Amino acid sequence: MREMGRRSEHADHPFRTLPGDDGARAPSAMTMSTSSRPDQRLTWANLWGNPMVLIARTGQKEVITSACPVAISLGLHPGMAAAHARALVADLDVRDAQPEADQAWLDRLALHAVGRWTPGAAVAGSDGLWLDLTGSSHLFGGEERFCRRLLRFLERLGFSARIAIAGTPGAAHALARYGGEAITLVEPGREAQAIAGLPVAALRLAPSALEAAARFGLERVGDLYGIARGPLARRLGLATVQRLDQARGIVAEPIIPVVPFEQPHAERRLLEPIGTAEAINQVIGDLVDDLVAQLQERRLGLRSALLTCLVVDGGEQRVGIGTARASRDAKHLKRMLAMRVDRIDPGLGIEAMTLSAQRVEDLQPDAMRADLGTGDSTPDLAPLVDQLTGRIDSQGLFRVGLKESDVPERATRRLEPLATPTGWPGWKRPARLLARPEPLDRVVALLPDRPPRRFVWRGTAYRVISGEGPERIHGEWWRSAREMWAVRDYFMVEAHTGERFWLFRRGDGVQADTGDLSWYLHGLFG
Amino acid sequence: MPQPAALPAVSRKKLATLRAELAGVRSLRGPFLSFDVPMLDDRMAAGGIDGAGLHEIAAASSRLGDDAAASLFAAGIAARFASKPGFTVLWALSRFDLYAPGLEQVGLGPSQLLYAQGKNDQEVLAVTEDALRDGSLACVIAEVKAADMTATRRLQLAASDGKTPLLLYRRHRSRDQCPLTTNSSAMTRWRIGCVPSLPPPHPGVGRPRWSVELVRQRGGNPFSLDLDACDDKGSLSNPSLSVDRTAAPAGAASRAA
Repeated sequence: MREMGRRSEHADHPFRTLPGDDGARAPSAMTMSTSSRPDQRLTWANLWGNPMVLIARTGQKEVITSACPVAISLGLHPGMAAAHARALVADLDVRDAQPEADQAWLDRLALHAVGRWTPGAAVAGSDGLWLDLTGSSHLFGGEERFCRRLLRFLERLGFSARIAIAGTPGAAHALARYGGEAITLVEPGREAQAIAGLPVAALRLAPSALEAAARFGLERVGDLYGIARGPLARRLGLATVQRLDQARGIVAEPIIPVVPFEQPHAERRLLEPIGTAEAINQVIGDLVDDLVAQLQERRLGLRSALLTCLVVDGGEQRVGIGTARASRDAKHLKRMLAMRVDRIDPGLGIEAMTLSAQRVEDLQPDAMRADLGTGDSTPDLAPLVDQLTGRIDSQGLFRVGLKESDVPERATRRLEPLATPTGWPGWKRPARLLARPEPLDRVVALLPDRPPRRFVWRGTAYRVISGEGPERIHGEWWRSAREMWAVRDYFMVEAHTGERFWLFRRGDGVQADTGDLSWYLHGLFG
Repeated sequence: MPQPAALPAVSRKKLATLRAELAGVRSLRGPFLSFDVPMLDDRMAAGGIDGAGLHEIAAASSRLGDDAAASLFAAGIAARFASKPGFTVLWALSRFDLYAPGLEQVGLGPSQLLYAQGKNDQEVLAVTEDALRDGSLACVIAEVKAADMTATRRLQLAASDGKTPLLLYRRHRSRDQCPLTTNSSAMTRWRIGCVPSLPPPHPGVGRPRWSVELVRQRGGNPFSLDLDACDDKGSLSNPSLSVDRTAAPAGAASRAA
């Protein structure tokens, strides 16, 4: 083995690795070796050419959390300082560890295991899985064959793994991490002998207990067997004794399995195909009752559901509903589905119907009000909103709220139907706004800041009795260059007929680049 | 008109009992809203707007100024129905040209107003009927161009079932024909137009004035009034003083602020 710390390699010439001016590809250490020798089998060492380590920052120190096989063969190991590793290996690829992403992968694997291999699966620590194989290994042709299948499956995903099967979770945990072999099978009742040769750390001890064990010269698990329990507990802590007992099977250690989230789901298979709206409604009612019972049990509320009807000729009819707020009110859901029954084309008849809750939310029961519901309460709009969205499309139902802008046509925006928007500043605003400001003809007005005396709009001449203004609104220069200097002067005027108009003039009447002094009508006051 | 003589004590007591009974019956029937303008309330058979019925509103002419006045009149009534916190008004329409900041200024704030935009009159009427039967709204305003006798009858029944007032805003279909000439089963039918406002004592524009015309009401006579427009709470009021506008012809230029 090469001596660590004295390894010295000459560094690459800094200009040789730069891409040439002729467009040739830069020499890449990663792919050269494998592509030149296609007969060689792909392994981690030649896949990754450069040694790679993952680091995590703890306090001021960067510590290696894991290292690739190449890096381990060069003498790097987890727990080493990153600066030390960089000094030892010149072309080391250092990346940040992502513990959350690792955990997410483990969670996914555990869920997969629950679905495919055994109902009792759980994530073990930050780097492993526990599978309770009791009564399920024969489905895969025995433990040995199951292990090989599992390894192949993980290899396809890109993982290298070690598997140990033992009578106790503690022994399996220790052998998988410290056993050193890809597959370890322990015969029942021989756990204590199997783990006797492993280091004490294999027992999942606390760091303080490990330090104490090192001080007392206890290195192997087997060293602990001979010590009386009382002195052992006094020196290494009661937790150590418990871990030892768990690994030997004296104390039980149950695996708490992960429970995958199952969509609430109701299904009806029908004896005879149905085709009438009444029959479909009847089945929908039954499905909703089943689904609501499940939702009630799990304290969930429905946000969106999908009704799937299996037609005799093999086709599928799908109808979706959504609710504005989580709900498990059977009457409400039935009514919403009944409104959409006409969208189902039963064809030759429907032979099965499924209702699944696509999106659910937590919905706890509400506390009853102190007055037992006899007083005035604010009505709940959510059921009405759901019902109206069934009549018109979902964009048709909205509220209008404030948008931060002084330009009148940009000051409003559409919001969700259950939003609570805030109001606008109290400047006088018209009740109806024209879609586009309409130009006025033959305007007689004093410049710069008087309302017009008379104007013609849509072919009718108006004489102005009184007016208020101007309210000056500047263009929003951050939107476009054209609005940089633009100014609108708004006036509210009352015509001789009593009608009130909201007019504006482009330009402030003094500076030519603020507008061309043309007049427009923008809205109508009542 | 001679003042009526003071009622005898027994009769006054009887009257109070009858009034209490009437109020009880009204509260069973649904919400009720009086205009708080004696001139207007006295001439209405019910003494105000029945909160479980259909009321039709149209502009006096096809001009857009009258149209805006009529929509503000509807918005003002709706704002007074929804004056309690947490109450909501639904405005169903097929063409959206309302300006929400303007509606807020007659008391119908953005958190009280929900819009439903349908593709055509049929969708608007369907939405309106659903909303009325639900009964969780303080008031419904529906803007339609055409609604025949069948449609208005359905809406009237839905309104009295759901105990929700409906203000059916009839838009003008043609320039000359008033939309209120067709038959309808509405409780009241209103025609609102702009009239020149009274000159304020200061330069500028005074409070707007409307001609409020009750074209038809159940159990009462039609009438026509000129009233001051909705304030920021949605209430109408009597004109403060009756000045003939023609008396101040020279004020036009001086009132331009």
